[in-house]
Amino acid sequence: MSDDIVNIEVDGNPVEAKKGQMIIEVTDNIGAYIPRFCYHEKLSIAANCRMCLVEVEKAPKPLPACATPIMEGMKVFTRSPAAIAAQKATMEFLLINHPLDCPICDQGGECELQDLALGYGRGVSRYQERKRVVKDKDIGPLISTDMTRCIHCTRCVRFGEEVTGLQQLGTTERGENMKIGTYVEQSIDHELSANIIDLCPVGALNNKPYRYSARAWEMQQCSTVSPHDCVGSNMSAHVLRGTVKRVVPSENEAINETWLSDRDRFSYEGIYSSDRLLTPRLKSGEDWEEVSWEEALNRLAEELKMAGSDNMGVLAAPGSTIEEFHLLSRLADHLGTSNVDHRIRQRDFSDQENDPLLPWLGCSIEDIEKADAILVIGSNIRKEAPIIAHRVRKAALNGAKISVVNNEAYEFFFGVHEQITGLGIVRQLAGIAVAAAGSGKLPASVSRLCEGIDPTAEQRNIAASLGDAERGHLLTGLIAGRHRASSAIRGLVAAISDLTGATFGTLSEAGNSAGAHLAGVLPHRGSGGALRKKTGLHAADILDASLDTVLLFGLEPDDLTCAENAEAKLVAKKFVVALTPFTSDSLERSANLMLPIGTFAETSGTYVNCEGRRQSFAGIATPVGEARPGWKVLRVIGNLLDAEGFDYVTSEDVRDEVFGELGSIAPDNGYKGTKALAGVNGADEPGEDVDVPIYEIDAVVRRAAALQMTPEAKRTTGDQN
Amino acid sequence: MNRIRSFIKTFVLWELWQGLSVTFFNFFKPPVTIYYPEEKAPQSPRFRGLHAQRRYANGEERCIACKLCEAVCPALAITIESDVGEDGTRRTTRYDIDLFKCIYCGFCEEACPVDAIVETRIHEYHMEAPGENILTKDKLLAIGDKYDAMISADKAADAKYR
Repeated sequence: MSDDIVNIEVDGNPVEAKKGQMIIEVTDNIGAYIPRFCYHEKLSIAANCRMCLVEVEKAPKPLPACATPIMEGMKVFTRSPAAIAAQKATMEFLLINHPLDCPICDQGGECELQDLALGYGRGVSRYQERKRVVKDKDIGPLISTDMTRCIHCTRCVRFGEEVTGLQQLGTTERGENMKIGTYVEQSIDHELSANIIDLCPVGALNNKPYRYSARAWEMQQCSTVSPHDCVGSNMSAHVLRGTVKRVVPSENEAINETWLSDRDRFSYEGIYSSDRLLTPRLKSGEDWEEVSWEEALNRLAEELKMAGSDNMGVLAAPGSTIEEFHLLSRLADHLGTSNVDHRIRQRDFSDQENDPLLPWLGCSIEDIEKADAILVIGSNIRKEAPIIAHRVRKAALNGAKISVVNNEAYEFFFGVHEQITGLGIVRQLAGIAVAAAGSGKLPASVSRLCEGIDPTAEQRNIAASLGDAERGHLLTGLIAGRHRASSAIRGLVAAISDLTGATFGTLSEAGNSAGAHLAGVLPHRGSGGALRKKTGLHAADILDASLDTVLLFGLEPDDLTCAENAEAKLVAKKFVVALTPFTSDSLERSANLMLPIGTFAETSGTYVNCEGRRQSFAGIATPVGEARPGWKVLRVIGNLLDAEGFDYVTSEDVRDEVFGELGSIAPDNGYKGTKALAGVNGADEPGEDVDVPIYEIDAVVRRAAALQMTPEAKRTTGDQN
Repeated sequence: MNRIRSFIKTFVLWELWQGLSVTFFNFFKPPVTIYYPEEKAPQSPRFRGLHAQRRYANGEERCIACKLCEAVCPALAITIESDVGEDGTRRTTRYDIDLFKCIYCGFCEEACPVDAIVETRIHEYHMEAPGENILTKDKLLAIGDKYDAMISADKAADAKYR
């Protein structure tokens, strides 16, 4: 037996445990429940609620299980009369100042204090004196506060310190007067902030948009996957009579642990925005008239048949499901066009033939925190993928050297090794590549980009940190992907990866860019990465070319930043059909036919996240108005066009077909290009970056009312009220 | 001996007179029937009839939308929707009781932490049109306002047993 194993006894049962574990960890592992409020697996130990007192043999007093390390031969009694008496006494103290307002408290029915009070509380309080009342605080549009209910477990305070790194909540005063609050009156302002709602064991911190609208016991819990970033966070939607009332994280240690970004948590509000398109609408002259589904679909089929195969284009949102992508790709095949794309924000398509079949993160999400050195390139990572940023922060806290190459300086709540800004991402990377090569030879693909570059001290420093690291990681973000010289960036990062041995990963747009690559919503590749017979027009060219018919799937003109002034270019087309959950002024100006489709909550489907992980989910909410899931609409269009094999009954049929075709494509970012990439000719100017604000990323998020009231959203819209 | 006794009883119509004696004595007793609807039988203050929602003395509605009545209702007769009220408190935006579903068990009244939903002693009501079986929040509050005195008196009478 190794020295790491300690033998203890819990309630008379012998248990083996690892040295250094706390009693509560051991008892949790064997399923012996000890009541607790302040202890949380993901946070440091505070031992301030005293609820987990247990009896330990030879200890003169009961000991807190969360803060007592185990020792050889220790005998723990979790249910002995002395332990129960200690727990009951603690509960009596906790309930002294806790208000009896469970009937109006949103936590009622799912409250840890309520549950434990049933087991450990007294029927009647012996406390005769005045109860404490604390003024509520306004900490922003996402979190409501009822601070009188607070039991001072400090989970929210520790979350701020340890998980986000931004300490906005803290305790002031002590004893009876202790309060949790922001020191200065202000909103909580972090992209993971709303996790304190789940952490709070009582109803002190609660979900503000959800406030008072439902009860925990009457809602159905449905599992789903976040569509807004490439992480694919697992979440549970709580649904009441077909309406999503709130969203909470589902635990998945490999992806989002127990956290959920605010964007994923509150975006559901957008589903019920007043902008929802309720019926199909057709433009006649300048006016929009509501038409039946039948009429609308027939009209669409007619237009598609009329348009020549080279005279149409299909643009899809990268947050669509892989089923929808597959059907779009098949429809395009049937119509004989290759003008299909989902890369709505990419601006440099020059090196697309060297695209990986399945671009990915380069390692699993979990492995990011094990890296020794990470270089983040062209990414406002905290806003692009908050969960990945959290993993990067964990890596930094583990001692990894995190460097950042961006044009703008972004705030990180950990020590950044080097952050270089302002010079132009390509030039910065060229410097790092030259420094990494040292006296060795640069790969041929970047030789022209690196000509005449003399690395600065910072660039040498970054190259050295990557070269020295056992597990180095390069991570290009969305800003790099949208860069006007993104192929040069990719070539350089691949070169640095070769030179330093660091792995190369990318973040991709929205929840299913990887799925779009697999299903072949690309002008040069079809399903499963097979080359198309003829390379079609990419997203920017679809907008620029004079096509007759353009089909927008889940997109609004504002999303199309691949070309300048997308709206005007769409207006110039003869017939634009938009399959969209929402209507908007810009869509009304640019489209000729609008068909209402469901949002992520109203359709079943599958997302492939940035690790290549395939996650299927069912539709969770009743579609609003006459909206129908996108895959069903595409199936009917296929039927109307007499396309073969469009007789799917369920989305699972589509999924099985597409995954059957795919076989096993392993994610691989390896750069195959050998030709020297051309110089960037002014495309590297710092002012050219496209950083889409976190709460503007897609149509649903733009309509989520609470998110739009956050300080973050107000900063980006310039609205200071 | 018994045979002789029964022989005599047969001829003097003894059982008949015995039965008629009940009728005879009841001539002189007060009648038990009541002339409904002019007269009505007495009711317990705990009688469970038509529902009502109550208000506090200052006119504020009592219901706080805790939904305990909805949860406890064995017939699923109650449907509630709630939201933040004008004054920031928890309020119902919809409170419907389907009288066709209701089995008048009184659990809603027992579950209510603020004595908002009550079953009154009203048992004479009818519906004329489809849909009238749904008691909406407005109707419930109107009933509560109208019979406030009766409800309060009943509550007070029953208070010492609770």
